[in-house]
Amino acid sequence: MITDIITIIQDYWLLLLIGQYPNGPLGGLVNTLILSALSISLAFPISILFALARLSKWRLLRWPVTALVYVTRGVPLLMLVLWSYFLVPLLTGADVPSFLTMLTTLVIYQGAFLSEVVRGGILTLGHGQMEAAKALGHSYLGAMRFIILPQALYNMIPSIISTFVSTIKDTTIGYVINVPDLTFAASQVNNQLLTQPFQVFLILALVYYVICWSLTQVANVIERRITRRRAGVARAAAATLAPSKILSEQP
Amino acid sequence: MSGFDLSAILKDPAYVGMLLHGVEMTFVIFAGSWLLAMTLAITLLSIRFSPFRLGEYFVSAYVSYHRNVPTLVQLMLWYFGIFTLMPDGLTSWLSAHNAETIFAIVGLGLCQAAYFSEDLRSGLRSVSSGQMEAAKALGHGYLSAMRFVILPQGVRNALPPIINHSVSLFKNSSLAIIIGAPELTHAVKEIENLSFRTFEIYVIGTVLYLFFSLLIMGAGAYLSLRADPVQRARA
Repeated sequence: MITDIITIIQDYWLLLLIGQYPNGPLGGLVNTLILSALSISLAFPISILFALARLSKWRLLRWPVTALVYVTRGVPLLMLVLWSYFLVPLLTGADVPSFLTMLTTLVIYQGAFLSEVVRGGILTLGHGQMEAAKALGHSYLGAMRFIILPQALYNMIPSIISTFVSTIKDTTIGYVINVPDLTFAASQVNNQLLTQPFQVFLILALVYYVICWSLTQVANVIERRITRRRAGVARAAAATLAPSKILSEQP
Repeated sequence: MSGFDLSAILKDPAYVGMLLHGVEMTFVIFAGSWLLAMTLAITLLSIRFSPFRLGEYFVSAYVSYHRNVPTLVQLMLWYFGIFTLMPDGLTSWLSAHNAETIFAIVGLGLCQAAYFSEDLRSGLRSVSSGQMEAAKALGHGYLSAMRFVILPQGVRNALPPIINHSVSLFKNSSLAIIIGAPELTHAVKEIENLSFRTFEIYVIGTVLYLFFSLLIMGAGAYLSLRADPVQRARA
């Protein structure tokens, strides 16, 4: 079993890594990572806009975005992928590569999910920050730009990394519209070998596991660091207010 | 092809029958994998809380694998991989009994168990340790303190994430299409191929998914409200 797996990796590592490239489109693991990275970096600004719209006092801004977020969260990603597969070529009138279709879907889908993360981050900051910023002469947008968002986004870094992990996992759904990613490459390998499907799909699962697990660990480390920094800030603030109380708490 | 016309699909008894069957199978997969996931999650949690160190490692490995490997890949590994390694008798029995649906239930259920067990664990952990001490001071044994004091609060805390993950499980049942299970997305694709009314059938499929997702969310919100004695007294 293990020798089978090693042989498959020795024979097909390049296909799994970059797909048919340079004799065909770029694919494999590299394409999966490019697709995920592009999706998350495009979804990120959109999610901030969505979050601000959902927190806006104007109904015309709030309601459509809220509806969009609810629909995106209530419908399977696979269904949205099929929608894009059908609609994007219709709207652009061109033959769109499946990579772009998947990218469009992921940007909207992850944008909606991330917007909830960003919204949560803004809401947990409390009203005081916005009021203080306004008292200092900031406008609403200025306060958002310089006071609220930097704090909210900093606190949200672990959640953003988790969203990145789920984006990597979600790219696999591109399989149904033949996006040439890692899953697609693995099924190509499987079609060539025919006799060892378990070994091939086990390799596939392990590769995803290693990548997603490592990123999750990074998120955990950053989360601990943020918690510690926050605790440090709180302790320092408390120390200036009531030094005796803090001293008595130390072991 | 003429303009947007839902009735072209909704008035055809054959298409309506396919849709209904799709909805039914989606719910079979959802209910089956939900039950499997919850049973496994409680088992995993019991192993984790048992005094054996090895059990703890096993459970964290289980959870880690199922959370870090895409669900689609897990389903592929089950259906295209593990299925082929099974003994002949079992393979032919499964093939005769809708293997696609069975593997969808098993794959999704095993994956979801990891999420449910983490939800339950963090729900239980958020009950402060003082509760157990207080219960013991009042004369409860460990089991009875668990039964009357810790579990009711812990499960209530775990309800919101469990509801969220139940909705994801419902949506993830659509992934079963890649192993050929005859669920709702499968029915939508089939009707699309037969009727060429892509736009209409996607609207119908999307509305159906959205309707049931919101229904599950609503039922969950109602349940959380009912489970909270403070909220219930207020209502």
